[in-house]
Amino acid sequence: MWENFPLFPEAASTAASRVDRLFFFILIVCAFFTLLIFTLVFTFAIRYRRRSPSERPRPISGSLRLEIVWSLVPLAIAMVIFAWGSRLYVALARPPAEALHIFVVGKQWMWKFQHIEGQREINELHVPVGKPVRLTMSSEDVIHSLFVPAFRVKTDVLPGRYTRMWFEATKPGTYHLFCAEYCGTSHSEMRGRVVVMEPARFQEWLGGGRAGESLEARGAQLFAQLGCASCHEPAPGARGPSLVGLFGKTVELQGGGSVTADETYLRESIVNPQAKIVSGFQPIMPTYAGQVSEEGLLQLVVYIMSLEEKAARK
Amino acid sequence: MTTRLELSPPPQHYLNWSYTARSWLLSTDHKRIGILYLLSITFFFFIGGAFAVLIRLELMTPAGDLVHSETYNRLFTAHGVIMIFFFLIPSIPAVLGNFLIPLMIGARDLAFPKLNLLSWYIFLAGAAFTMAAVFSGGVDTGWTFYAPYSSVYSNSAVMLTGIGVFITGFSSILTGLNFIVTIHTLRAPGLTWFRLPLFVWAHYATSLIMVLGTPVLAITVALLALERLFGVGVFDPRIGGDPILFQHLFWFYSHPAVYIMILPGMGVVSEIVACFSRKRVFGYSAIALASLAIAVLGFLVWGHHMFVSGQSAYASNIFSILSFLVAIPSAIKVFNWTATFYRGSIAYDTPMLYAFGFIGLFTMGGLTGLFLATLAVDVHVHDTYFIVAHFHYIMVGGMVMAYMGGLHFWWPKITGRMYPEGWAKFAALVIFIGFNLTFFPQFVLGYLGMPRRYHVYPDEFQVLNVMSSAGASILGVGYLIPMIYFVWSIRHAPVASSNPWRAAGLEWQTPSPPPADNFPETPVVETEAYPYSEMEVEVVDV
Repeated sequence: MWENFPLFPEAASTAASRVDRLFFFILIVCAFFTLLIFTLVFTFAIRYRRRSPSERPRPISGSLRLEIVWSLVPLAIAMVIFAWGSRLYVALARPPAEALHIFVVGKQWMWKFQHIEGQREINELHVPVGKPVRLTMSSEDVIHSLFVPAFRVKTDVLPGRYTRMWFEATKPGTYHLFCAEYCGTSHSEMRGRVVVMEPARFQEWLGGGRAGESLEARGAQLFAQLGCASCHEPAPGARGPSLVGLFGKTVELQGGGSVTADETYLRESIVNPQAKIVSGFQPIMPTYAGQVSEEGLLQLVVYIMSLEEKAARK
Repeated sequence: MTTRLELSPPPQHYLNWSYTARSWLLSTDHKRIGILYLLSITFFFFIGGAFAVLIRLELMTPAGDLVHSETYNRLFTAHGVIMIFFFLIPSIPAVLGNFLIPLMIGARDLAFPKLNLLSWYIFLAGAAFTMAAVFSGGVDTGWTFYAPYSSVYSNSAVMLTGIGVFITGFSSILTGLNFIVTIHTLRAPGLTWFRLPLFVWAHYATSLIMVLGTPVLAITVALLALERLFGVGVFDPRIGGDPILFQHLFWFYSHPAVYIMILPGMGVVSEIVACFSRKRVFGYSAIALASLAIAVLGFLVWGHHMFVSGQSAYASNIFSILSFLVAIPSAIKVFNWTATFYRGSIAYDTPMLYAFGFIGLFTMGGLTGLFLATLAVDVHVHDTYFIVAHFHYIMVGGMVMAYMGGLHFWWPKITGRMYPEGWAKFAALVIFIGFNLTFFPQFVLGYLGMPRRYHVYPDEFQVLNVMSSAGASILGVGYLIPMIYFVWSIRHAPVASSNPWRAAGLEWQTPSPPPADNFPETPVVETEAYPYSEMEVEVVDV
């Protein structure tokens, strides 16, 4: 029990040291105020201890100047911490464009990862060192939360929509991966490890074993199998809107309003097509809820996203 | 101002005018109802505590070797539900507030004595449902009942517990309503708002939250029931619901509820600090208004529980800055209490030891809140033991310390007996040490990344968990000692005078224990609160 007794978590991502720096800044602020209060209380308690029961202290009712000082000084410090935390949060919220894209499905009680090249793994996530990795995540059932303490990142994984998070590992090694949102009986066993590898070894790992087809190819198969193309063929007069170049665009909706075609929108349009009808089309698409697994949905979404890439390349 | 001469214990008072069960169970006397609440919440405190003991025992080892995961999840849920809804929320308001508010404002009872009794019965009815749920298999959702786990997936007594919480909420609403009306309408002649004891101000602010916030909890539970029982899609996305909506609704009540739990404690500490420094509280109006500011701002920060939930970054930023703002009134209070000690005449009686403990632990609990309000840091510590440590510093280090301080301070008034000072000081010390040993290691565990609600955990977290469990056993002993000497004191301790602390405040100007109708004649108030410096010094040995 004593041989492995860390007091501070390993820092193994680009975010980690930045979060730690802010953590230590707040820690210093806290230590200062704790010491200040403790020192004052102890000093006063000892210095002004009751020596005789007949003492009658002079009344001091208050001081507006002091009230202002001890409101504004903490306020100013609080605003500094807020601004720092907010800037870092916003900076860490946006994955870099070149990030490696990995897809995550959480379910009671396991994590399933799909690499774009086709590798699939459970409760284990292999990533290269020094390259940003972006996770697009969804849950099959209840809310989960993917947490890698060594990277200082955590994001809830929700049913019915995609959330994303990203990180860039800085040190090869093996790190804990936890479910942080209570999700039922075996919540505490819904954990695994992140294996950070040198890029060359990572490429080797990606190619080896049961790699199988890429997500895009799987998505294309599903797309054909479900007959999506019969309506979504990019031709004039098609019954459904064209999906080419759709991803990331703004879509005008029937009855006014618009929506950005992100992963969550694409997913919703497959399982609940009536929710948002594209302007100029009829609400005739049937739901595919229950027919496509959460992983299948991800594959379809990746395929539709790739249609955008092809369009952009032309 | 002169304090009255010591009043000898009256031959007939609120405790001894009748001993029949009927005279207790149908009493509309706020003092007797306070005692009824005291007995009920003490019972729930020890039940909730027993669950905590089992949790800490299980966490001594990384493997899940004492109980199954299913059981463990029921244990922490029962601990949370019981401690929050059946101990912390009613604790100071329903016991001390009930007992003291009419006495402090020179009234003969609360404005609605029958509603007061009704609120206790509603509380018991809610507790009965929840206890039935806990002991008939239990509930495993955590006290936060997050959907869709609670509304669709959990195979446990969610609805029975939910009904219990729903019902108990109404007892809270009635108590809040009663306090608000009482403070508005029943103040003694001359007792203007800014002459009120800060205890009353704190309860006024608390009552506002109870009345405005609790209905939202009821709505949330009702929606949960709609989905769970009738399959109406509210929270589960599969049937068209939104799981984030649940979190918004739940925290809209449950964050302000944190202030329901801590504000009354702040009120108690203000009374104790003034009395044992023999000085008016420094910055009286700053503290009074800070209570109101907390009550108002407390309603605007719920989204800080959702920084990693997928909530929009804009919303998170707004909730973050508001959370920093709500820290300021708390800071103001701590500074003012500290300044009250300056040039005071400070005595170290047990209530004051608890007040010192409160100030220290609340300061630590409050300051660690800064980490959680900070967006980028919260991402890492959210849902870890850091949170668990933080809120136990506020709830146990703050609230329970204040409650214990208040119980000791007003014990002579409530029972007419003193408590054994030596044992009491010893217990206060044991509680302080046990508390810190239990919860400080959890801050470290949290930053290391140990998630909360984990039944089994990686080996490297064991040392800190063992420290925490060791602390919990000390803390448990610390709570048992007062339990024993309080019971003992009722028959065997020295009889208390009407004002053993030579305290200001109307509650001390009536005999101990007070007569059933509180004051033989309506008192008239001519001074500010806490006129310690003007009080005649009379040292009376009783």
